[in-house]
Amino acid sequence: MTEPVAGRIPQVAGELIATRRVGAYQHMTFVAPGIAELARPGQFVAFAVGGQTSANLLRRCFSIHRVSPSGTYGGTVEVVVAAKGPGTQWLAALRPHDGVDIVGPLGRAFPLPKEPVPCVLVGGGYGSAPLFWLATQLRERGCPVEMVLGAASEDRLFGVVEARRSAGAVTVTTDDGSVGTRGWVSDVLPEVIRRSGSAVVYGCGPMGMLESITRVAGAEGAVAQVAVEESMACGIGVCMTCVMPVTGNDGVTRMVRSCVEGPIFRGDRIRWESFESGWGRVPADAVGAPARGGH
Amino acid sequence: MATAPTTSSTRHTSARGDQHRLPAIDLSVQIGGRTLPNPLMTASGCAANGKELHRFFDVSQLGAFVTKSVMGGPRSGRGTPRMAETPSGMLNSIGLQGPGIHAFVKDDLRWLKSVGARAMVSIAGSSSGEYAEVAAVLRASDAFDAVVGVEVNISCPNVANRGLVFACDPLAAAKVIALVREKLPRDIPVLAKLSPDVTDIVEVARSCVKAGADGLVMINTLLGMVIDTDRLRPQLAGVTGGLSGPGIRPVAVRAIWQVHAAMLEGRLPTVPIVGVGGVRTGDDALQMVAAGASAVQVGTATFNDPRAPHRVLHELAHALATRGFPGIHDAIGIAHTRLDPQR
Repeated sequence: MTEPVAGRIPQVAGELIATRRVGAYQHMTFVAPGIAELARPGQFVAFAVGGQTSANLLRRCFSIHRVSPSGTYGGTVEVVVAAKGPGTQWLAALRPHDGVDIVGPLGRAFPLPKEPVPCVLVGGGYGSAPLFWLATQLRERGCPVEMVLGAASEDRLFGVVEARRSAGAVTVTTDDGSVGTRGWVSDVLPEVIRRSGSAVVYGCGPMGMLESITRVAGAEGAVAQVAVEESMACGIGVCMTCVMPVTGNDGVTRMVRSCVEGPIFRGDRIRWESFESGWGRVPADAVGAPARGGH
Repeated sequence: MATAPTTSSTRHTSARGDQHRLPAIDLSVQIGGRTLPNPLMTASGCAANGKELHRFFDVSQLGAFVTKSVMGGPRSGRGTPRMAETPSGMLNSIGLQGPGIHAFVKDDLRWLKSVGARAMVSIAGSSSGEYAEVAAVLRASDAFDAVVGVEVNISCPNVANRGLVFACDPLAAAKVIALVREKLPRDIPVLAKLSPDVTDIVEVARSCVKAGADGLVMINTLLGMVIDTDRLRPQLAGVTGGLSGPGIRPVAVRAIWQVHAAMLEGRLPTVPIVGVGGVRTGDDALQMVAAGASAVQVGTATFNDPRAPHRVLHELAHALATRGFPGIHDAIGIAHTRLDPQR
């Protein structure tokens, strides 16, 4: 973590100015002065939900879909919300002009290649949200971009039309075959990497998908950069709940916070074998791992 | 379709109850041999070790910055899930993840000193000897002059044997406090952090004060549990966890009240109480002060509002000033003088 500067991360009273249903999701645009100007693809914002006396205290964190630093009303930040619990349902039900406390931008951005190498961007469900913005930045650097979007069914895909604008080629997969190729993104990914000659695969989606992206990228000689989803209470590095085992440059595995050390990690640094059935275990060789019997 | 925003809502929320200047009242508090400029502290385990929150407010403005409990060696903590949201709070099972005292004094304590923060170092151990060893390493460190106190975490429920929390046994608690007290200079206050999960918190408090505690921190989390109803299994990997947040505030106020009342009755020596547990606003902090707390820590509320410790300081100061108190000292325990004589 770089040395902190007092008061550097904005915490603002955001105002919703646009909200629309997109398939199973809600695409929401907030005026959030100060955040848009600083944000880069892969970073996230943390929303307080339910108002100032809310009984739901924990922040809800969302990958930034897009920013417009110089909008008509000041900088705007866009996110894609899946309403699955009381906090996200409250957020998705906000109406234009409603206010919400927003902190961000948080976390590390996607690292961009120094050379104009071809890249594949893979999104699972609404995990695709930050990839279009990333695609634009990659293409500005001369990187040819292909996208692969996958979901359980058509209504759970996000941004297929936008993908066609942002990328040179788009492949869609659905588990039920309701649109695109029936199957998983990992079924089509080897061919996409080979055809495009991609050196980097960027991924955002459920953990199981990120693991398979990492495996396929490795087999094809590409580097995987993945944005992880681990539940967070604060998003700012103080609660220690969003940890996962990641191996550092020194070859040592530590339980690191995905909010400040991530959410973007090199896929081959994550200890995927530690994740099973919703549990994330501490590898026996991690720094400070418990002796048998646990902490 | 985008609509024009109202201009008033685009200001920074830091203005929420957080006036830039503190009112001209005496906020200083005495804890053991130390005087702190104000009564606001972070709560251990809710603020990491300073760098993260310093990106939101200047941590040197707090009366003290209470660090995450540190043990002898590095600890990975438990696996995930480590957290479950609860009504007005949360359940956590982190497992005292930390760098170990040697890395802590080299990195975190030096950093806290570099920004001028007053460090209240929370220490933990799996044996009483480990607490003493951690205190000794802290004492010998080159940034020790940034330390304004040591908070002895004898009450973390996230230990392997959850039935054997030191703070649940007056004798075990006293032993830890005495060993730590021995390792530290007299002018460094030693505070015992107590658990509410006991039959008689006054008895544990008395035991700690008699063993040399210069102050009491009340309360740590309550042991709780949540079942994930999709999987029908415990939601936390650690099965049980510590309950915190505004949902537990009445328990904290009650514990402070009982121990302060016992001090007034002469049942234990009078030492400062640091109130903690569910403080979200200045009004919450004032409840604790009125019940008998000399200082107040803000914990879980920080996850909701990263500026909460700083904001609550300002809100508390204004709440005291508005009620005409010349200083915080005049409000400590005041609720004990306002009982119905006919009750």
